[in-house]
Amino acid sequence: MSALEVRDLTVEFPTRRGVLRALDGVSFDVEQGEILGLVGESGAGKSMTGAALMGLLEPPGRIVGGSIHLHGESVVGRAQEFRGRHFGMVFQDPLTSLNPLKTIGAQLIETIQWHFNLGAQQAELRARNALAEVGLDPDRLNAYPHEFSGGMRQRVVVALALSAEPAVLIADEPTTALDVSIQAQILDLLKALCRERNTAVILITHDMGVVAQTTDRVGVMYAGRLIEIGQTDQIINRPAHPYTQGLMASTPTLAGDVSTDLYQIAGSMPRLDAIPAGCAFNPRCTHVMPKCRSERPPMTGGRACWLEATHD
Amino acid sequence: MLSIILSRLGQATFVLLLVALVSFSMFRFVGDPASNMLGQEASQAEREALKDRIGLNDPLPVQYARFVGNALQGDFGLSYRTREPVADMIASRLPATLELALVSALMALTMGVLLGVYTAINRNGWLAQMIMSTSLVGVSLPTFLIGVLLIWVFAVELSWLPSFGRSGTVDIGGWTTGLLTLDGWKSLVLPAVTLGLYQMTLIMRLVRAEMMEVLRQDFIKFARARGLSERRVQFGHALKNTLVPVITVAGLQLGSIVAFAIITESVFQWPGVGLMFINAVYYVDIPVMSAYLLLVGLVFVVINLIVDLLYLAIDPRIKSKQVGAGS
Repeated sequence: MSALEVRDLTVEFPTRRGVLRALDGVSFDVEQGEILGLVGESGAGKSMTGAALMGLLEPPGRIVGGSIHLHGESVVGRAQEFRGRHFGMVFQDPLTSLNPLKTIGAQLIETIQWHFNLGAQQAELRARNALAEVGLDPDRLNAYPHEFSGGMRQRVVVALALSAEPAVLIADEPTTALDVSIQAQILDLLKALCRERNTAVILITHDMGVVAQTTDRVGVMYAGRLIEIGQTDQIINRPAHPYTQGLMASTPTLAGDVSTDLYQIAGSMPRLDAIPAGCAFNPRCTHVMPKCRSERPPMTGGRACWLEATHD
Repeated sequence: MLSIILSRLGQATFVLLLVALVSFSMFRFVGDPASNMLGQEASQAEREALKDRIGLNDPLPVQYARFVGNALQGDFGLSYRTREPVADMIASRLPATLELALVSALMALTMGVLLGVYTAINRNGWLAQMIMSTSLVGVSLPTFLIGVLLIWVFAVELSWLPSFGRSGTVDIGGWTTGLLTLDGWKSLVLPAVTLGLYQMTLIMRLVRAEMMEVLRQDFIKFARARGLSERRVQFGHALKNTLVPVITVAGLQLGSIVAFAIITESVFQWPGVGLMFINAVYYVDIPVMSAYLLLVGLVFVVINLIVDLLYLAIDPRIKSKQVGAGS
């Protein structure tokens, strides 16, 4: 049994112009100590998946179908019990993720005492350890967020997210707001800490470099659906779904020819109120078949595509 | 830290000197002080003698310096009308105004913040929506009308509270207080509500808007993601961040409670400095008017100073910015 099992997760937003389906039947597993990447264009549903797992969907969004199980326990409807303690989360912008009026020590100790029944001294000791673990000086417990650089603040955020030793860490674009040199440091830190603690990680990103460098497996999302999932090496080097192939072809490489334009997938992702019938990608797909326009391809063998199914 | 306080004090002194200049000019530009003091029938020679005696023939800067010096020692001259020292008049009436202002300010602040937080957190609840619609009345009705309406309901129709005046006062070492007796409180309620209602609704609407803004911030989302309860997030993380901008506006509003108690004091015949000022304007009693102007200036400057210091206490970012820029 996997640590985290997500089955047919479906999220809807009732609006005046009808119900928008932001996530549509998303299923995946994450093992303890494994790093799963979630990639896709903006609006594909990556962050929505993270928010749904945390129980932090912006109202009126809500989970209307499917299940989430952590070590066999159902999470849907009980998110508050799991949040922070079993599911940790790191957000994109470290500059705005911390309360500017409280010392980082106060924020760490508050979180630790919220989840564990510890006295002031024990909690402080734990907070100091948490800072040391992310490579910060434990004596800076009394410093305010503005006294740290962006990269250091993201370390504080990581320390906070992991302070209750969650089983699953959801990292939503954790390095997008950082300098490239700092990005690698934070990713290495995340990777090392989670391997050490055997934490399952869901890394949400649109950066293929980050995916290649960090993740064990990757899920590719499109228009609220998971369309391909597999080992990182396989997804990057031998993508099966035409959308993933397009995504990889449009990623610049060092070996590529700079004189030719970078490949682009024609068209753009549909809006949530205009998702085409059948395969959501069919209007942009170069291999489109009549069946693609009428029937939604099921997820088989790690890909949701009729093309692959007929080839097999 | 000390250098910030010193620089704020310097600014405050400068502002007060400017206010003193305006106060001082009133003597020169609103009629001729000598004829004001002696009346229409005095002869030219009497006027000249008086001008010489009280220094009206000295150069203006000297007169200004003397004015400031006297004011610093609490000497604002004699009232044209009553011949009493203005300082004594103010001293005897200030407790009434300060108590009225203090009670309405406390009411406006506590109720304003409480209701603001409540309406921000339960913004879709029917009670919150009702409070919001009612608050429009508080913002748009003029003070005197609210006062008259309150008198009509609570004094005339229900006869619960007195309609005017200040009773039940006790003299404690020269400070007459109405806060120690039931009668004193009864006569204080209506004026205090009248004076504080506008400020309360203003603070409430401001707190609500700020709080809703803060609740959308990333650090609130992150606090929720760490598992903290909604209540803890709202009161432990959002409220303090809400108060930073609220303090500025609230500070200025409290200043205006003292300054613009005039209308409320007239409606309720409250024996404070506002009523004294209105009478002074009526009789062109320049020394009283100018002393009142100085007093209001002082109140505003002191409140601004307190607001600045509160900022330093609440927001750690200001301290480091000032140190960085200052040294």
